[in-house]
Amino acid sequence: MAHDHDDHDHDHEHGSELSEMQIRVRALESVLTEKGYVEPAALDAIIEAYETKIGPHNGARVVAKAWTDPAFKQALLDDATKAVNTLGHVSRTGDHLVAVENTPQRHNMVVCTLCSCYPWEMLGLPPVWYKAAPTRSRAVKGPRGVLADLGLTLPADTEIRVWDSTAETRFLVLPMRPKGTEGWSEEQLADLVTRDSMIGTGFPKMPGAPS
Amino acid sequence: MNGVHDMGGMDGFGKVEIEPNEPVFHAQWEARTMALVRAMGAAGAFNIDTSRFFREALPPHVYLSSSYYKKWLLGLTANLIAKGFISRGEVETGHASEPAKPLRRGRLTPDQVSRVMTRGTFTREAQAPAKFKIGDRVRCRNINPVTHTRLPRYVRGHTAIVERNHGPQVFPDSAATGAGENPQWLYTVVFDARELWGADADPTVKISIDAFEPYLEAA
Repeated sequence: MAHDHDDHDHDHEHGSELSEMQIRVRALESVLTEKGYVEPAALDAIIEAYETKIGPHNGARVVAKAWTDPAFKQALLDDATKAVNTLGHVSRTGDHLVAVENTPQRHNMVVCTLCSCYPWEMLGLPPVWYKAAPTRSRAVKGPRGVLADLGLTLPADTEIRVWDSTAETRFLVLPMRPKGTEGWSEEQLADLVTRDSMIGTGFPKMPGAPS
Repeated sequence: MNGVHDMGGMDGFGKVEIEPNEPVFHAQWEARTMALVRAMGAAGAFNIDTSRFFREALPPHVYLSSSYYKKWLLGLTANLIAKGFISRGEVETGHASEPAKPLRRGRLTPDQVSRVMTRGTFTREAQAPAKFKIGDRVRCRNINPVTHTRLPRYVRGHTAIVERNHGPQVFPDSAATGAGENPQWLYTVVFDARELWGADADPTVKISIDAFEPYLEAA
């Protein structure tokens, strides 16, 4: 994310016209910087973290570990924050993370009807569709319809549990391990774990499927 | 407040559509807006509940027609003006013209960024013993505050079963108005879809919310 802090005239790097939003945000950033409230280098570091470090690969490692290590899986279901923070290779996660397990009888799906709450540390910043009105309005009333829009069909007798994230608890869905992955390593399995499978609006990739 | 942000159960918003290969940010201003909100929050200019309230308080037509990060920008600007950190005139000119106000935790510096990327805890000391236990039948109170609340409209007046107790946590309804953290027990409570949406609802569906104790009464 290139951002020239010394460029007070805010000339666009390609000389094209700045969008209205870009002008407004730059104006606000200038005011906040001049008043000593923010430091542009800190803003750069925040953005870089979300663009490069904090993303669904973090959650995928957690899920893959749970698929291969029954003791870890149990620890994750008992106290997800604590369990995730025992994994040195995954970024630390804050309190109030709860992992919920999909089974053949029960499918979990996460939504935030009031805003956009989502386990950022595990999945990165949420996609537009998660934050948008169609998902937020429909997930609690007709979750099967939302899943159908996303191309998912579940057996008619599968229980669907919708978790509306109305407080600071953050829910991570533990999807079912795909068949045909016996003996796979954690690294191989992590490649099958999609972001949407950890929201409950998708399934993990099948072995051999194009990535 | 009974705003348009409280969308659970509304109809008419259309299909859920995924953008293939969606980037983390669609434009630089989105990234800067997100970072400004994070940095000002980390500096102690406002708490997360106040931040949410200022987005919810946008006029309904603005809320519904603005992109996600535009709502963040509008909410942030209104919040900082309301708290006296900046003035409308400064926002219009894009330059500081009035003295700065002290920040509770001080400006966020680059070396602190990795630490604030991990969320802090919302758990606090209990003010009283928990009123409900797992398995209890509860009803969501019919409350309609004009200030911030995390009790969605679609559950008010409906009965649920207590499934989890998350312990006492910061109460958003108090924190958002500057009335202090006022910690309250937080529970996951589960509703049958037919309880919320009527006899025709899908019997295989259950919905839960996380409800603070003041939202609940015994049923």
